[in-house]
Amino acid sequence: MPVRDLRVIGRARRRVDARAKVTGQTLFADDLRLPRMLHGRILGSPHPHARILGVDASKALAHPGVHLVLTGADFPIPYGILPVSQDEHALAVDRVRFVGDPVALVVATDEATAGEALALLRVDYEPLPTIASPEEAIARPSPQIHDYADSGNLHKQVSFAFGDLEAGMREADEVFEDLFFYEGNTHLPIEQHAAVAALDPDGRLAIWASTQTPHYLHRAICKALGLAPARVRVVACPNGGGFGGKSEPHRHEIAAAGAALRLGRPVKLCLSRQEVFYAHRGRHPVLMRLRTGVRRDGSITALHLSTLVDGGAYGSYGVASTFYTGALQTVTYRIPRYRFDGTRAFTNKPPCGPKRGHGTPQPRFGQEVQLDIIAERLGLDPAELRLRIACEPDTLTANWLRVSTIGLKECIRQVVERSGWRARFRRLGEGRGVGLACSAYLCGAGLPIYWNGMPQSGVQLKLDRGGGVTAFSGATEIGQGSDDVLAGLVAEVLGLAPGDVRLVTGDTDLTPVDLGSYSSRVTLMMGNAAVQAAERARDLVASAVAEELGVPAARLVFAGGRVFDAQDPERGLSWPEAVVVAETRHGTLGTVGSYTPPRSAARYKGGGVGPSPTYSYSACVVQVEVDRETGWVDVVKVWIAHDVGRALNPVLVRGQVEGSVYMALGEALMEEMAYRRLPERLTGEAGPLVHKFPSMLEYKSPSTQDMPPVETILVEDPDPAGPFGAKEVGQGPLLPVMPALVNAIHDAVGVRIHEVPVTPAKVLAALAARAAGRPARYGPTEWPPVPEVEPLVVPPPWEGGDGRALNEEVRRKAAPRPVAGVTRP
Amino acid sequence: MPTEPHGRPHLSFRVNGEPVELALEPYKTLLEVLREDLGLTGTKHGCELGECGACAVLVDGSPALSCLVLGLECEGREVLTVEGLARRAELSPLQEAFADLGAAQCGYCTPGFLVMAQDLLDRNPHPTRDQIRRALDGNLCRCTGYLQVFEAVEEAVARGAAARCR
Repeated sequence: MPVRDLRVIGRARRRVDARAKVTGQTLFADDLRLPRMLHGRILGSPHPHARILGVDASKALAHPGVHLVLTGADFPIPYGILPVSQDEHALAVDRVRFVGDPVALVVATDEATAGEALALLRVDYEPLPTIASPEEAIARPSPQIHDYADSGNLHKQVSFAFGDLEAGMREADEVFEDLFFYEGNTHLPIEQHAAVAALDPDGRLAIWASTQTPHYLHRAICKALGLAPARVRVVACPNGGGFGGKSEPHRHEIAAAGAALRLGRPVKLCLSRQEVFYAHRGRHPVLMRLRTGVRRDGSITALHLSTLVDGGAYGSYGVASTFYTGALQTVTYRIPRYRFDGTRAFTNKPPCGPKRGHGTPQPRFGQEVQLDIIAERLGLDPAELRLRIACEPDTLTANWLRVSTIGLKECIRQVVERSGWRARFRRLGEGRGVGLACSAYLCGAGLPIYWNGMPQSGVQLKLDRGGGVTAFSGATEIGQGSDDVLAGLVAEVLGLAPGDVRLVTGDTDLTPVDLGSYSSRVTLMMGNAAVQAAERARDLVASAVAEELGVPAARLVFAGGRVFDAQDPERGLSWPEAVVVAETRHGTLGTVGSYTPPRSAARYKGGGVGPSPTYSYSACVVQVEVDRETGWVDVVKVWIAHDVGRALNPVLVRGQVEGSVYMALGEALMEEMAYRRLPERLTGEAGPLVHKFPSMLEYKSPSTQDMPPVETILVEDPDPAGPFGAKEVGQGPLLPVMPALVNAIHDAVGVRIHEVPVTPAKVLAALAARAAGRPARYGPTEWPPVPEVEPLVVPPPWEGGDGRALNEEVRRKAAPRPVAGVTRP
Repeated sequence: MPTEPHGRPHLSFRVNGEPVELALEPYKTLLEVLREDLGLTGTKHGCELGECGACAVLVDGSPALSCLVLGLECEGREVLTVEGLARRAELSPLQEAFADLGAAQCGYCTPGFLVMAQDLLDRNPHPTRDQIRRALDGNLCRCTGYLQVFEAVEEAVARGAAARCR
């Protein structure tokens, strides 16, 4: 086709689903009402760890209006999001592992009646000793929270050696060792999770849910309830905010499905705000140790990163989260030798999982604060240091990740210029300061959750005689704009307006599989599938129009709702006419597109976490004012540059960047999932590990009053892997904000806070330490005795490796392929 | 207050300019009456504790968190919800600006923001950024970072002024 200007892509425009959202017409899961619908409430455990000795439901069942009570006995088959962590039941079978762990479901005519009946349930528990932290998990291997843990209460231990670490340390002029702690926090979507399950007229199960991953929920329901996939339909309603918290099957979804199957009536189950806090699956608390060897010019000779991850009570995505704490350091900066040790502990707290940035914000925080320390010691400007060590394009990293395009240096240069960094850094005077940090993120995980060789995204298009175009995709709109991306890309290729494209999404009965709205995969993966489907439709139409007009198909232009000859624009057909011509020639018109990521070069066990078709990059400058009397940190302004490849719709891209900055400021300054044991005198040792403040009032998140101005800079260097060159933007821009803020505090008052959230008390403690002549820092001071495990030894590309581990038995399915583009950092 | 023979109290009020009469459970909040009895699901649950602002409506022209108001308290009153902002098929200036400028991402908090912003503009047709910030500080949004919301309110004001000049 002749090259023409883009008409949709790159233009700032109203998103296709905006009207529904501003009129209140978007139907979220809790907005659905079906005839004869019943309502469920779930009884959560009051104990953080206990055996269930028995449940007496007789009084609850006798309560007027109660239709059904279910317990763990009704859900004997375990499920879980990861194949290696099938450790959940909709309702606890014989043991509860955190306060709030679902124990029983009551279904009644309405929520209030179900709530009354909950109080009539009698559950006998035998309390068990509890574990509140990874340190306790190390010290107390029994009783085990789960018997499938690697050892004791250490769920998973991973270790990799990419090159000779100590040789790298010996090449260094100086070795820096620092500890950091990143407190857990939660997604806090304004929409509380909800699900409605029902039997359709043919007796098949259907469930409408606030899920980011309808395909994975479909698999989990089928497994847990023993149903054939063709007998189950999952519809992902638009999510009222996801941020990762709705990206795995939740207990209430399976429970609602089980109840609807038994009752033959629709059952709605909505979580209360407190239940949402306990359902959690949010940011893992991580203790980190970074040992970094550096030459005088700032170049890194070796990095040893150790992470100790507090997993909470179940597996969730935790194995992947643990790998992610070590995966992406190398795609940002040149690290020739790299050792990573990660340990995830089980604790008797709500399960942690993926939250925006999934496992990478914590080590990013540590690394970027440490780089600030390194720059200071070496007498380098922090921006200059990062420009020197940033990865180059088209390289393989020590851990065998492929960096293709990388806009990091351009992001640094632009954010430095736009923020007036050089005029501000170390020049703002007492109490005021700026800090800088960078980051990288995936544009979609390279591998699906469960092993298979099928596409990760599929899109179907239907063209009808009236010129209507319908796009079918399993992707889920969670606010990020996936509907707009889908409609925009199809419209661009076919020369239509986005509003001309009707969408059917997130419905396992109607739409081809898309793995879901997680890992920043949708724009790139669904987008490529959409472009492929649209190009095939365009080619079908073009061949028919070419014949009709007697013009070579290669000369036809699709634009402005017409198909016309590039050399004689008057000669053409309207889009509806063109579709009629095409259907006459080809029969009923439909096309498909699909996307499978390229195979990763990493072939060692664990190398499946980290590969991505490409990576996005960000650089951020934060300016703060710190009050020495109160420790209060006021964020004056944030400048952030993001390498987005190409902004498909700049309005939405900017919204994702600003939303990331907002969420990052919450994590940096106030948000924390904090728990406490009740006093021993009240409860004995096994006293509840309760959330300190499971409410939106006391779990502080930034309000309109807290949000500083943000200057967003989009760096656009189209990436060949992305649709029209687009990379992700939903997660990456969150990452650099926390460390930039902490670095700014150092510039302002000379103390380093090695821990988020940075509360005023921590700032005051660091200032007091400095005044007393102690190290001017606040944060962890000891690395606990984490058991060592034997690392997988994987030679980096420049040491002649082939992407496999030396000490791992591997069945070679295919001969090693030559690896192109290897340069030694 | 009139009651039905079998005891459910009767409520008579106006919603989005239209009279409504119904028998209701006396414990129901205005939020539940709107969503469950009247099918007006644009007003959202976010916490049921008055903490998030997602359920904001106007009662007799004043902002109210409908999760903290009993349905029975609305006898004889006028309630405005997000469904009442558009004039027939025509979106309100605030709705247009919210849609154009990215002020709605997931859209879940949006009805509450729109109602509160409408209340602000009803009282103060030319608010400053700071006044907008204060008027909306009881509404939480986890998606946008608020800046595009502020800009949308300002845009609605600007378009309104431009329209009046024409």
